[in-house]
Amino acid sequence: MARMKFLCDADRCIECNACVTACKNEHEVPWGINRRRVVTINDGLPGERSVSMACMHCTDAPCAAVCPVSCFYTTDDGVVLHNKDTCIGCGYCAYACPFGAPQYPQTANFGTRGKMDKCTYCSGGPEPDMSQAEYVKYGSNRLAEGKLPLCAEMCSTKSLLAGDGDIIAEIYRERVITRGYGSGAWGWRTAYGETVTV
Amino acid sequence: MANKISQLLTSLSLVLGLALVAPLAQAQVNPTQQSVNEGALLEALGSGGNVAGRISIPDPNAGYLIKPDNKLWAALQGDTLHQISIWAVIGMVALLALFYVIRGKIRVDGGLSGRKILRFNTVERFAHWTLASTFIILALSGLNLIIGKTVILPVIGEGAFGTLSAWGKIAHNYLAWPFMVALVLVLLLWIAHNIPNRVDLEWLKQGGGLVKKGVHPPAKKFNAGQKLIFWAVIAGGAALSYTGVMLLFPAEAGTPADWQFYQTIHALTAAVLSAIIIAHIYIGSVGMEGAFDAMGTGEVDENWAKEHHSLWVEEVKGAKAAEGRTQPAE
Repeated sequence: MARMKFLCDADRCIECNACVTACKNEHEVPWGINRRRVVTINDGLPGERSVSMACMHCTDAPCAAVCPVSCFYTTDDGVVLHNKDTCIGCGYCAYACPFGAPQYPQTANFGTRGKMDKCTYCSGGPEPDMSQAEYVKYGSNRLAEGKLPLCAEMCSTKSLLAGDGDIIAEIYRERVITRGYGSGAWGWRTAYGETVTV
Repeated sequence: MANKISQLLTSLSLVLGLALVAPLAQAQVNPTQQSVNEGALLEALGSGGNVAGRISIPDPNAGYLIKPDNKLWAALQGDTLHQISIWAVIGMVALLALFYVIRGKIRVDGGLSGRKILRFNTVERFAHWTLASTFIILALSGLNLIIGKTVILPVIGEGAFGTLSAWGKIAHNYLAWPFMVALVLVLLLWIAHNIPNRVDLEWLKQGGGLVKKGVHPPAKKFNAGQKLIFWAVIAGGAALSYTGVMLLFPAEAGTPADWQFYQTIHALTAAVLSAIIIAHIYIGSVGMEGAFDAMGTGEVDENWAKEHHSLWVEEVKGAKAAEGRTQPAE
C-alpha cells in the first residue's frame, strides 16, 4: 500500500489559490471553512514563497491522540480520516494540530461548534465509498474512483504534489537537483518526522 | 584647471556610483535562489516558533502555517492528564473507603435530641444544590471526555458513545452558566462566615475531631474543614469558569498555545476539585450521622449542632434569647 502524502514545492507556487477554490467546489465545503489554504511567507520581500497547506495526514497524528471520543482513524493509504457521527465538536484536535487543519462550522445557537471538518485527502469518510451519505458529510471520494486529490491534480504549476510519499519525494528531489535550489518539503518534518533530503 | 578638477570629480563619482550599484545589480541576477527555506526558518524560530505569513482569507489565524510545538500537548493531554484525573478520583475514593473502615460513621455522641435548629435557609439550600447538581453533571461529562474512550466506548460502541458524549458536551456547555451564577451566589451568601480566624487553628490542631471519637473542637457556622472546602470551591470554580469560557470561545482566547494552557489548567483543577468534592459528599452523607439534614431539610438536630458547631449554636440561641426578651414588650 502506498503511503499518501502532500508536498508543496514552494518554489513553484504562484499563490493562484486554485487549489483552495477547487477543493471548496469539489466537496461543497461549508461556508467559512477552508480545507486548504495558501500562506505567503516573507510577503513582498526578496525570496518570498507561498505554500499551499491542508491536513498533512500525519504519522502519529496528534488530533487522534487528543480526541476524547476516538473518532479518528488512519486508512491503509496513510490518510487520517474522522467519523462525523462520533465527533462532538469539542475543539481538542484544533488545539493539537500543528497545521490548523481542523475547523468547525457554526451550526448551533450562540455560534456553538458543529462537527469538525478537515481535508479528507479526497477519500471521504467511514460511509460506503461514493455513497450519498458520504458525499454530504465529507465530500467526494476521488481515491475510490482511482483519482488523486483534486487540489494537486489541477495545480497549474504542478507545485502541489499528492500521491505515494516516496514517489513525490523523488519528483521533488529531481527538481531541486535540476534547478539547483529548493525551499524544502514544507511541514514534512513536523508531520512525518522526516524531510526530503537532496 | 577648474575644468580638470570637475572632470576628475565627475569620473570619481561615476566610479563610486558604479561601485555602489554593482553589488545590487549582481544580487538581482537570480532572485529565486535566495528563497526562504523551511529548515533554516524553523531553526531560526527555535522552540515555540510558528511559521506564519500573509493569508488572503479573512481568518488571521489561518496565516499560521506550521506550529511544530503544538504536538507536545498531545502527549500531555492524551496521557499525563488522563493518569492524574483517574488517580485523583480513584485515590480519593480509596482513601475514604479506608477511613470508613477504620473510623466508621461518625455518630452524634449524645444521641439525637429530637429538637431542630434551622441551619440553612431556602436561599442557601437553593444556591448549594444548584451549584452541586450542575457541578456533578459538569464533572461527569468532563470525566467522560478524559476516560470515556477507554472505559465506556468499548462497552457501548462508537455510535452510542458518540451520541452520549455529544449530549454530555451540550450539557457541559450550557450548565456551566448556572454553575457560575450559583458560584457567585454561594460566595456572597457565605463569605462572611468563611473568614479564617483563631478558632480554626485550634480546630485543625485537634484534627477536627475526625480521627478520635468524642473529640469535638469548637466551631462557628463553618469549621476550618468547611472553610477549606469553601475556598477550594470558590478558587477552583473561578479557575474552571475562566478557563472554561476561554475554551468555549477559542477565537477570543488567542492561539493554540493559549487553548492548550487553558485546557491543561481546566483538567487539572477539575481533577483536584472533583477529589475534594467526593470527600465533601462523603462526610455530608454516609460519613456522618445527622450531617445531611443541614442541606436536606435545612434543620439540624440540636445535639449534632452542639457537637460540631458549638459556638454557632450559642450565637443562634443568644440571638433567639435576645429576640425573646424584646418580644413581650409588644
